[in-house]
Amino acid sequence: MGALISLDGLLDQQRVWKGRPQVQCKGLQPTGHAVLDSALPGGGWPPAALTEVLLAAEGCGELQLLWPSLARLTTSGERVVLIAPPFIPYAPAWQAAGVDLQQLALVEAAADEVLWAAEQCLRSGSCGAVLCWPHKADDRALRRLQVAAESGQTLAFALRPLQVALNPSPAALRIAVDARPAQWRVLKCRGGLAPAAPIACPGRG
Amino acid sequence: MLWACIVLPQLALDAVLRGRDDPDTPLALLSGPPQRRVLQAVNPAAAALGLRAGQALTTAQALAGHFTCVDHDPTAINGLQQLLAAWAYRFSSQVSLHYPRVLLLEVESSLGLFGPWPAFEARLRAELSALGFRHRIVLASNPVAARMLANCHDGLALDCPEQTRAALEQLPIERVGLPAEAASAFARMGLRRLGQVMALPRQALALRFAAAVQLHLDRLLGLRPMALTFYLPPDRFDARLELNFDVESHQALLFPLRRLINDLAAFLAGRDSGVQRFTLHLEHAEVADTCVAVGLLAAERDPLMLFELARGRLEQLQLGAPVRNLRLLAEDLPAFVPQHRELFDPRPQQNQPWEQLRERLRARLGDNAVRGLAAQADHRPECAWQLDSGMTRAPATPPSPRPGWLLAAPQALPGVGVQLLTGAERIESGWWDGGDVRRDYYRVQTPTGLYAWAYRNLGEDGPLWLQGWFA
Repeated sequence: MGALISLDGLLDQQRVWKGRPQVQCKGLQPTGHAVLDSALPGGGWPPAALTEVLLAAEGCGELQLLWPSLARLTTSGERVVLIAPPFIPYAPAWQAAGVDLQQLALVEAAADEVLWAAEQCLRSGSCGAVLCWPHKADDRALRRLQVAAESGQTLAFALRPLQVALNPSPAALRIAVDARPAQWRVLKCRGGLAPAAPIACPGRG
Repeated sequence: MLWACIVLPQLALDAVLRGRDDPDTPLALLSGPPQRRVLQAVNPAAAALGLRAGQALTTAQALAGHFTCVDHDPTAINGLQQLLAAWAYRFSSQVSLHYPRVLLLEVESSLGLFGPWPAFEARLRAELSALGFRHRIVLASNPVAARMLANCHDGLALDCPEQTRAALEQLPIERVGLPAEAASAFARMGLRRLGQVMALPRQALALRFAAAVQLHLDRLLGLRPMALTFYLPPDRFDARLELNFDVESHQALLFPLRRLINDLAAFLAGRDSGVQRFTLHLEHAEVADTCVAVGLLAAERDPLMLFELARGRLEQLQLGAPVRNLRLLAEDLPAFVPQHRELFDPRPQQNQPWEQLRERLRARLGDNAVRGLAAQADHRPECAWQLDSGMTRAPATPPSPRPGWLLAAPQALPGVGVQLLTGAERIESGWWDGGDVRRDYYRVQTPTGLYAWAYRNLGEDGPLWLQGWFA
């Protein structure tokens, strides 16, 4: 007989879908969008796990989705690292969104170094969130990011094109961002059924 | 004053062994002219083969087939003594290399910080063992007595002149550092112990022996002071390791590199400084040295971190020729300011602080890979942001929404299907610094449903220029 494992502890991990939605625990990492929070099983981003944001096109609304979380993390003194973003983060707009620029770090990396840099940042545990734009990431690379996020207890975001949505992924949460109509679709979420209905982006026509 | 004497009996052998990753294989240190090579010292594994110091090399080779021979290098020993003095300097401000292969430290003034003596001694021993030096340590009330007692004792601690005198009286006469003829004369007179000599009348002794004998005895007892030259730490660190064989892979360089970095860390701790920039010189036989510069954003002295960084730089290097020697040069040694740490860390699992992570990323991705971001008070979009700025004043928020992403260079936007969402916002600025800008900005929606920020130069009728995305 090994270590004693409590049944409640096992059930709380939500590895098995139990058919009936149970009372949800309060999210530790709220997304900042109430509608999205209520749709996600953990009440927010899965903590210490990889989230895939699948974009219909670059610039189609990913910042709308992420800014509230980044603002919350940076103002509470956590560091946020952007690895190889496709454009220049326009400082006045980020500031207007509430992001503390002092806590923001930009990492320029060549295409083949993005995953390495992301893994280092995640593993170190010194960042609150790591956003990376991997050019080519297969199942194994994403699994590495997922494990690194777990060991560093860090929020990981991989921003990838929507075309890869068909491929399987080890990410704990996959969320697609559509441009027209402007909406979010949860494709996969660990610990619950993905909500079928899309969620309209706030503030977008 | 209390003096600690650290004798390094096997300094030459330790110097060689600590640079090798196989200390348990038989090894002999050679000295003497090329016609008659003599074993200067042997390690325990070689001694087990029957090799002894003082044997001729031919005899040794007849006795045992396989053992490594290394030439004795007096200049390396000298450099090592300087390193040890630098190490000892962190424990005491009065460190002397007066006697060869011996460190003399004044420790009474250091006991308040490192004491009591048993703990202090244990720390000295642990650090010396970690650096790879065998040693004997004796504490006595004056430097000469400490040195002479260390000839016969290890771990002796005498903290008052009376105890020191009692211990000195028991020393054999040939081990107290007297001139050889005086020592043998005493022995022939039947005086075997120092105590018997000290019992002799002073005048009679002075009549029969040279003045140096009386002087030495007085210094032993602390009756006359001894002028010692004290060690002054140099302003730069320069260490070199001879590899003795051609190294062509990075892996084989890592072990000697670790040694050098540990030496550097010991030196820095002694000076209470950090290192901000150091250079690794990989010396080749024929071609010029390869230099690997390692730069840090802040002064550091943690050996693990320095090693990790140097390794990161080294692994990127293509070795053009085999490496013969490794040299580490550090000239920029600013004061070390320890990191401010929280007592209750908000993130308990943090196993690597941000500063270390940043250095690691910079080591692999390039010096300018990790940047900060700052806003600048300027109406022109391309001037309103800045990388790496130390400015903290936050400019006023612009009146109308700005895009989160800015394109590095504006692109022409095909006019078909583009829908203007807002009226023009005119930005007209920069006439004073040459970067004149007169543009009408629009918030537009592209046919694919993206929100963009585009402009048209004033007075032109061309296409819209895309400058950012409202992502």
